[in-house]
Amino acid sequence: MAHINLPEGLPGIRGPMAYRPETAKPLNELAEILLRSENSLTRGERELIATYVSSLNDCFFCQNAHGGIAQHYMECDMSFIDGIKKDYESASISEKLKALLSIAGSVQKGGKNVTKDQIAKAKNLGATDLEIHDTVLIAAAFCMYNRYVDGLATWAPQDRELYVKRGKQRAEEGYIHFDLYK
Amino acid sequence: MPYITVEEHLPGITGLLEYRKDSAQPIRDLTQILLRGPSTLTTGERELIATIVSHGNECRFCTAAHTAAADLLLGECETTEKIKKDISSALISEKMKALLTIASQVQKSGKAVTNESIEKAKAAGATDIEIHDTVLIAALFCLYNRYVDGLSTVAPGDPNFYKGLAERIAVGYQRSPNGYDHLKKK
Repeated sequence: MAHINLPEGLPGIRGPMAYRPETAKPLNELAEILLRSENSLTRGERELIATYVSSLNDCFFCQNAHGGIAQHYMECDMSFIDGIKKDYESASISEKLKALLSIAGSVQKGGKNVTKDQIAKAKNLGATDLEIHDTVLIAAAFCMYNRYVDGLATWAPQDRELYVKRGKQRAEEGYIHFDLYK
Repeated sequence: MPYITVEEHLPGITGLLEYRKDSAQPIRDLTQILLRGPSTLTTGERELIATIVSHGNECRFCTAAHTAAADLLLGECETTEKIKKDISSALISEKMKALLTIASQVQKSGKAVTNESIEKAKAAGATDIEIHDTVLIAALFCLYNRYVDGLSTVAPGDPNFYKGLAERIAVGYQRSPNGYDHLKKK
């Protein structure tokens, strides 16, 4: 049971978002800008950063919701996403994305964990300042979303296939113009 | 040295918010609603939540900035000193102690929030929305602290810098309408 009285039947972040629409608005706008707006990182790559950080924070809802969206964009199966969460170094993704995931993993532990070497490595592999900025901010933002979802003890459907179906819908609708109740 | 090129005269979060203004806007909006919008918690109480989380995350810039803001809004500097050492030693309400305990748990992880700490807050009179906002403010500062330190921004050593910043944020968290060029050293 959630720690506070949230609207019924809404999983994960949807409950607290429906409970307080004023704060839901900027939360969704931030997700839209960071994860969907025009960027040299693909939407799939950005969703992977979100998924990876959510898995490190052990947030079941967020890692599956964003894993489902990443899976849709990357046209892959669930085992590919799971492989990245478990060991991105051996996944078939670009070296630049690996370097960015390493930075995101450090941000999850605490901002001070990001080292000069990690940044230099990412830059050597072609990462721009803006890509590094966005990686850090996406990782930091998911340290917020994950805590919001779990800190209020929201519920999450356990069937992971549901999130894959939802992923397609969220990818198409985006984070701003959707009905929390559908 | 910050890991990315930001304007030199804007240390800490300000340089980052100016670096990418479109992502800054919803972050500013969220902060304005949570810390300055209508609430049964005072602005000073809400700054205490920001302070204890930033302190827990060992973010020098944010801790100094929100300590200064809380001190200004509360009109004293003892409470911020005390909550950083031991929440129970501060001269604040039992409800505030319970909410700061929840915020400290959120700082560690969402999953670290216990039923016991929620029950304690409710027994001390905390409403659902006060608990909601406490959790979201704490979560938001886990974003800010990581953003500021993850890009290795500069935290000025001069306490007067934070006093000036506190005067700005006491008014609100929206961007200064004319930007920040006036902060450049002449």
